Amino acid sequence: MTGSVLKILLPLAVAIAAFATWEIAVRAFAIPVYVLPPPSAIWTALVTDQASLFHSLWITLRVTLEAFALALVSGFLIAVLFSRNRLIELTFAPYAVALQATPVVAIAPLISIWVGEAHPELALLILAWIVAVFPVLTSATVGLRSADPNLVDLFRLHGAGPLQRLWRLELPSALPQILSGMKVSGSLALIGAVVAEFAAGSGAATGLAWRIIESGNRLQIPRMFAALALLCALGIAIYLLLSLLEHRCLRQWHASAKAREG
Amino acid sequence: MTALVRLNGLSKRFTTGVEAVRGIDLALKQGAITALLGPSGSGKSTLLRMIAGLSAPSTGTLTWATERPRLGVVFQEPTLMPWARVEDNVGLPLELDGVARHAARSAAQAMLARVGLKDFTKAYPSELSGGMKMRVSLARALVGNPHLLLLDEPFAALDEIMRAQLNRDLLALWALEHPAVLFITHSIYEAVFLAERIHVLSPRPGRIVAEIPVSLPYPRDDGIRLTPAFLDIARDVSSALAQAMETA
Repeated sequence: MTGSVLKILLPLAVAIAAFATWEIAVRAFAIPVYVLPPPSAIWTALVTDQASLFHSLWITLRVTLEAFALALVSGFLIAVLFSRNRLIELTFAPYAVALQATPVVAIAPLISIWVGEAHPELALLILAWIVAVFPVLTSATVGLRSADPNLVDLFRLHGAGPLQRLWRLELPSALPQILSGMKVSGSLALIGAVVAEFAAGSGAATGLAWRIIESGNRLQIPRMFAALALLCALGIAIYLLLSLLEHRCLRQWHASAKAREG
Repeated sequence: MTALVRLNGLSKRFTTGVEAVRGIDLALKQGAITALLGPSGSGKSTLLRMIAGLSAPSTGTLTWATERPRLGVVFQEPTLMPWARVEDNVGLPLELDGVARHAARSAAQAMLARVGLKDFTKAYPSELSGGMKMRVSLARALVGNPHLLLLDEPFAALDEIMRAQLNRDLLALWALEHPAVLFITHSIYEAVFLAERIHVLSPRPGRIVAEIPVSLPYPRDDGIRLTPAFLDIARDVSSALAQAMETA
């Protein structure tokens, strides 16, 4: 009990102390607002510009969630193919690695030429998906293969079909790996959405990244920080939600989610 | 009694070139407990996997007395699904055979009551002790009322007291429906206590080097372990095993 209270109180205390120091330091040294705005100015910018900022937050969130959902489904399906057929994996795994290894910023201009003109949001979605799919794919591929070989024998002995084996044995066996892959993938989807907007955004899709560029160009530094704060909050929220999901799914049975009593 | 399954000249050579067992002739009698005793690496598990149909023999044949024999298997580890409740672990074989979940569950609950775990049907495997997990594994193997129960050194990882307890439990459960049982072990005393007949395997490649009948009446209890008859048989098995090790 005290542990969980401390887990919230301690970082919160650090945050309050840091913001207070920041505010005082900016005022004491008279730092210009276009170099480093005080937290109070950032808050004011957040409140005055909330209409455009929260609209942008929604756009970034939507791209992130769509990319994440797409990464989850496609990553899992490809992992099923990989785990079923060694030949398919040997043939296509290098391409998955190549896609992952190429920096998304470098692919962005190409994608924006292909689809960005007509569908700017689709370009962002594709780029965020490229970044987000790999952790799900690799963790699910390893996870689906990690079923207890004796249980596999038991399923064979009782004539289980491939679908039964997938749903009742391989998927639950892979769940811990898939869930931790999802945590990485969720954060990467947001990073992908933001980087994609920086690299391929045209002003037609105005997510938070675009607000940051725009504010920077206009030297509206408090607004820039406000957009950054919203991105930070979004990233934390995604991570916390996925951690909660992981805990919910595994708490009954998995060692990683079980505290030893006594 | 007639043989449920007859093994004729069964051999297994893996693609790696390792020969696990060679020329096994063995009959598993209906309603009887047969023990297969051998040192580790004598191909006991390979033999079990071939009988279970999980591995194809390189040469030789298996002849079953029934058309579609129902099998139950217990491995050396409890091998439970950690994400499923005890009752769903036990009901798994029935569900895979197409029985509806609620029917499988009630059959599982009845079986769990027989192995003394009726208060743990809703528990998860991680909440059970090693001995309890093994009982769940035993319940799962028996829930489908198998013709043949295959046990692959099931109690080897348990302590002596728990092992003796589970040996008694196994005999009690066997006495209910009298399935044929193949019990694989490397413990001489366990083999003599449980089996009606003991086959001794040589080191790799495993061959049957001795066949020793155990003429002790059922039901057997722990008192039998110290009787002269028990100890005589144990001595015979022991010297057969020693001989098998020498010829290797």
